[in-house]
Amino acid sequence: MMPTSYEDGHISVSGAGGGSMPGKKPENTAFKQQRLPAWQPVLTAGTVLPAFFIIGLIFIPIGIGLYVTSMNIKEFQIDYTGVDMSSPCYNCSQNFSWNSSRPCACSLPFYLDQPYDSNVFMYYGLSNFYQNHRRYVKSRDDSQLNGNQESLKDPSKECEPYAWSSSKPIAPCGAIANSMFNDTLELFYNDPNGSKVQIPLTATGIAWWTDKHVKFRNPGGNENLPAAFQGTTKPVNWHWPVYELDSDPENNGFINEDFIVWMRTAALPTFRKLYRIIQRKNNMVPTLPRGNYTLEVVYNYPVRSFDGRKRVILSTISWMGGKNPFLGIAYITVGSVCFLLGVVLLIIHHKYGSRNNIAT
Amino acid sequence: LSCSCVGEENWEDSRTVYIGHKEPPPGAEAYIPQRYPDNHIVSSKYTFWNFIPKNLFEQFRRIANFYFLVIFLVQLIIDTPTSPITSGLPLFFVITVTAIKQGYEDWLRHKADCSINECPVDVVQQGKVVRTQSHKLRVGDIVVVREDETFPCDLIFLSSSRYDGICYVTTTSLDGESSHKTYYAVPDTMAFRTEQEVDSLHATIECEQPQPDLYKFVGRINIYKDKEEPISRTLGAENLLLRGATLKNTQHIYGIIMNTHFALLLRSKTNDSVVKIYKAVINTVLKYAWQWSPDRDEPWYNHRTEIERQRHVVIRAFTDFLAFMVLFNYIIPVSMYVTVEMQKFLGSYFITWDEEMFDEELGQGAQVNTSDLNEELGQVEYVFTDKTGTLTENNMEFIECCVDGNVYIPHAICNGQILSAASSIDMIDSSPGGYRREYEDLFFRALCLCHTVQVKEEETVDGIKRGIHQGRPTSFYISSSPDEVALVEGMKRLGYTYLRLKDNYMEILNKDDEIERFELLHVLNFDSVRRRMSVIVKSSSGEYLLFCKGADSSIFPRVVSGKVEQVKARVEQNAVEGLRTLCVAYRRLSASEYQVACRHLTEAKLALQDREQRLAQAYDIIERDLVLLGATAVEDRLQEKAADTIESLHKAGIKVWVLTGDKMETAAATCYASKLFRRSTQILELTKKRTEEQSLHDVLFELNRTVLRQCSISGLSVDCLDFGLIIDGATLSAILKSNQEGGGHGNYREVFLEICRNCSAVLCCRMAPLQKAQIVKLIKASKEHPITLAIGDGANDVSMILEAHVGIGIMGKEGRQAARNSDYAIPKFKHLKKMLLVHGHYYYIRIAELVQYFFYKNVCFIFPQFLYQFFCGFSQQPLYDTAYLTLYNISFTSLPILLYSLVEQHVTMETLKREPSLYRDIAKNSLLRWPVFLYWTCLGVFDAVIFFFGAYFLFDNTTFTSNGQMFGNWTFGSLVFTVLVFTVTLKLALDTHHWTWINHFVIWGSLLFYVIFSLLWGGIIWPFLNYQRMYYVFMQMLSSGPAWLSIILLITVSLLPDVIKKVLCRTVCPTATDLHPPVPYCGAVHHLHAFSVLQQNEFLIGPERQERSRKRR
Repeated sequence: MMPTSYEDGHISVSGAGGGSMPGKKPENTAFKQQRLPAWQPVLTAGTVLPAFFIIGLIFIPIGIGLYVTSMNIKEFQIDYTGVDMSSPCYNCSQNFSWNSSRPCACSLPFYLDQPYDSNVFMYYGLSNFYQNHRRYVKSRDDSQLNGNQESLKDPSKECEPYAWSSSKPIAPCGAIANSMFNDTLELFYNDPNGSKVQIPLTATGIAWWTDKHVKFRNPGGNENLPAAFQGTTKPVNWHWPVYELDSDPENNGFINEDFIVWMRTAALPTFRKLYRIIQRKNNMVPTLPRGNYTLEVVYNYPVRSFDGRKRVILSTISWMGGKNPFLGIAYITVGSVCFLLGVVLLIIHHKYGSRNNIAT
Repeated sequence: LSCSCVGEENWEDSRTVYIGHKEPPPGAEAYIPQRYPDNHIVSSKYTFWNFIPKNLFEQFRRIANFYFLVIFLVQLIIDTPTSPITSGLPLFFVITVTAIKQGYEDWLRHKADCSINECPVDVVQQGKVVRTQSHKLRVGDIVVVREDETFPCDLIFLSSSRYDGICYVTTTSLDGESSHKTYYAVPDTMAFRTEQEVDSLHATIECEQPQPDLYKFVGRINIYKDKEEPISRTLGAENLLLRGATLKNTQHIYGIIMNTHFALLLRSKTNDSVVKIYKAVINTVLKYAWQWSPDRDEPWYNHRTEIERQRHVVIRAFTDFLAFMVLFNYIIPVSMYVTVEMQKFLGSYFITWDEEMFDEELGQGAQVNTSDLNEELGQVEYVFTDKTGTLTENNMEFIECCVDGNVYIPHAICNGQILSAASSIDMIDSSPGGYRREYEDLFFRALCLCHTVQVKEEETVDGIKRGIHQGRPTSFYISSSPDEVALVEGMKRLGYTYLRLKDNYMEILNKDDEIERFELLHVLNFDSVRRRMSVIVKSSSGEYLLFCKGADSSIFPRVVSGKVEQVKARVEQNAVEGLRTLCVAYRRLSASEYQVACRHLTEAKLALQDREQRLAQAYDIIERDLVLLGATAVEDRLQEKAADTIESLHKAGIKVWVLTGDKMETAAATCYASKLFRRSTQILELTKKRTEEQSLHDVLFELNRTVLRQCSISGLSVDCLDFGLIIDGATLSAILKSNQEGGGHGNYREVFLEICRNCSAVLCCRMAPLQKAQIVKLIKASKEHPITLAIGDGANDVSMILEAHVGIGIMGKEGRQAARNSDYAIPKFKHLKKMLLVHGHYYYIRIAELVQYFFYKNVCFIFPQFLYQFFCGFSQQPLYDTAYLTLYNISFTSLPILLYSLVEQHVTMETLKREPSLYRDIAKNSLLRWPVFLYWTCLGVFDAVIFFFGAYFLFDNTTFTSNGQMFGNWTFGSLVFTVLVFTVTLKLALDTHHWTWINHFVIWGSLLFYVIFSLLWGGIIWPFLNYQRMYYVFMQMLSSGPAWLSIILLITVSLLPDVIKKVLCRTVCPTATDLHPPVPYCGAVHHLHAFSVLQQNEFLIGPERQERSRKRR
């Protein structure tokens, strides 16, 4: 049965004397005689034809539905990397140093030409950032993030070279945590009457529920985090230790949602991550009315060194997620192709089918 | 198995054995004590201590295992994308299971060895019988063996409890023949009765070193008596009792141990599987990947560790290369080897289980000795078959004899009825005159005396009863040749009964119920070169008579008088009717002539060197100047359905060659009867008779022209006029020899092969066993390298069975040697049809699908991984989770293909049997050729591209959840993987033509298993894992509508091309197989009945339909 045993098979077959013993009559069971009752479908033009038409008829409406839904989604993107001289963030992007204690701020004005009615989701997007690099993806310690005390004091060696800093364990350790996105983004509505209204951003509900409540846990509960993290040090690139990420104890430490979102490594080098949610206040007023806005950025996160880009995306969401016409178009295409093939097969079936019937 | 001979330091041509370890008298020869191994048997491979290292070494000598070991080590040593467990676990599993199996087998061998080694044996020492253990025996010891005991080692037979100095032995455990064989004691010692007498024997034995040939032994015994010159006696195979044989019908015997060990050469046949080509493919993929894997600079967010940075760039490149190799090694997974092995191993059971291949008479079904050739049964292009016992029953019946031109038929005389066959006989002699009377008497006596038949008197004979119950119920005739039994039986019916051989006197009961006694002086044994045998007897009146019996070709040239013409005519007529003929002649020897003959024989028999040759010379001198007495005809009936089988094989496009030792006319008649040659077949003869007239060169080229002309005339049509070739052994050896000499005659071998290629049937007659193998070899080595199959039943077919790709043995009457040496053993020739057309066809289809599907599914599996490298900075980041990587081939997709490869039936069994031409569809490895392989690869790549880019565009910089949350790379991988598992499984579902409940269970079961596993795998924080990357990933994915929609879409798109290809192929250019849609199965129908009805239908409408489908092509 196993690959290495041909030769031995020989010996045992002949040596065991099976050769000369009069055998028993084989059992007459359907399985042993290879006569199990079976359904024997044959794929012919005749049987496949209806399937093709049905697929066509189902896929095209689905595709149209998806496409329309996708088209109705409003999305607005603004790049604030500051590559151009003209960009307000140009200076910030040029004068970057990790050690600077003074944050660099810049503000970008933009105009929304249509009102956003439902909840608006605010994303930040990074390009050319390989969160899916192998060395990066594995550079984390899930048991530390799950509140394990031992891992807190002795991070996994997968976190190297971000496991120890000045002979203290880093919490949270690893390259992912170390490189957490730390720009602060604020949105202001420039009221036509001249006042600047800050738009309230919700920072919770942006991470998976299971991540926040099960996978990520603070060591020793959510109370008294500084004590819990005593003996550890902050990641090298961070400005604050992990227990100062937020003032809300339910959103601090390892269960900080910004942190959790960052820790879910993206699939592709150009990605976006959910930053804030702008909740709709009431049915009368649109969440983001038409008009001028200002994006205030505290520019901390350097991307120029690897030719990266930073964006902010404002998007509404439907049942099928964000704006993505791909699925709709694909459904329509496949549906039509199936339908077309159905027609072609029908012709072939008529042309050849009759001939076959004579032959058989 | 260990071979004792190897261990001996001094390898000599002959060995001298001192009986009882006594020195010879001084002055005879210098006493050189020789060292012989003791009788300790070691057939086991391992000992307790060396099992683990030796077994591991043996296992890793296999390239596949070694490859996986290297991969595993690479994973252990360097930092690779997947954990070592992914490849280590399956490898460990395979190695362990194999080791356990081999260890168990070896343990069984140890046990068997032990029981043999501990077996008690009686040894004569100082005139007393001492009981000792088998493994303590030494060469030169004298042992006592009692009835029904097995000989512990090879013995020279000294004396037996019987006064005539013979003993009976069965060699069932050696070669499966259950008949009793007679062995003779050395004449000088056969009078010894007691231990003391035996012990007083002072002698040395010289013989050759042990040989692997069981039935060859040449030696000499020198007996020293007092101070006289030693008496020399020859020892032959008839004096050598072989280890493993059992003593029968004799109370006890004394023997000297000659050889302790006897090495049996077991062969092993290895066939390379088709998978080798795939290796090249991964290498290219790897190289390609490697070129695309530049060392990206480390961005600030993702630094290397210090150690990594210090490494030299070449080492880094090399480890990167290894890491890629690990990532892509799944293209040839360990599981493929395991699955192929399991398929072959389990699949072969269907042959053993087959009820239709069970023979009630023999009580046996088909046997599989090698399971790794199953698929080759579907690829056979040439069938080489033996005639006697294979095509024919080998159940001889005496038909008639012709004495000096007068024909005798036993039935006519016995029953007083003239049979229909007799009506054609012109002269039935009822009242022979005195002169004729003399010939008649001599003829019948000749047949009664010239044979080696034994008479078995008890009714309770062990083993198969050979003789036909006739007259006296208490006697059977037993012989190794069924012809002889038939002849002696026939004589009995004609009134001359051979009674027994007693003290060298043969007793005959003649017509007048008188007992005649002839002293048997010499037996000139039958051999296949001489093709005759003789006996020299002394009649009661003191006359010396030589009776000779043999093939006509070997008798007629030696005949000086007698009615040669008439007998010859009769013999030829009989041969045309397919009867086996033998001629009988005699010679009266004067006393002086006898002395001369005696001297010749004795000299030859005593010779140590070239004994065979000298015996042949002696026989040649003695067997001449014969007087022809007459001829006999024995019928050997065709086996049941032999003709039907041959016809089916022909229709299946298989060329059938009959290789036989019989003469041309007999063989040709059998061939006509078995429909090998049809009336329309144009026979080409390439026989000695023709080559004597013209030169071989001319004949060959003329035949070649005929064949080629015919084929060019008939042009496109596939079946041009049938040609049948008849060639005899002499011409064949001339053709083969001419090639060895090379020279200017041109290459006859090529011309001959060219002729053979154009002949649908070839008959080779007058073949020596070795020539049979030569022919097989010739065809095997021809430039198309066709798959050959040899089928035979006797020891003379073994060489050919071993030579052919597939060897099939028939469990026939001539012992089990052929069956033992074969890859498959079947009870009857007719079972070959089902074996090839049904089992072979199925196995081939199954293994072809298995191999290609495995390749396909792993291309689908690995290619997205490869594409992903372009999007992850060539960092060898795996797309799928480790659990998925490990389990993909082991559990998610393994069972459906295994079950498919065990139970798939693309057309029903009945259709395959009914339409042998379907076999042509798979001929020449048609399902494993490059275009097919390329199709599978393209399909795999296409599917992989669809999976990857489908997911890519879905993920492209957007979200597809209704709460705006984002998915990460593991969700991406899971999406691809889910589509992958479903597509690959459904693709197999599309290929399945035979949906039994097992298929349903396994296909839907493994999909369900995948889903359940994924839910479970992501549903819990697994405490033993150091990462929780899959936590809730699968469930989150399923909670998103677009994920579902895209999974459905991607599966549909992936399967679409295959469905279209299937439909188009079936509609536009259907193969013969496609034109036979499976008959709807109704389980209640009794199958044998259904089959016979189908056969009748085919008889009525079959030919027309075939005509039509042929025209269409």
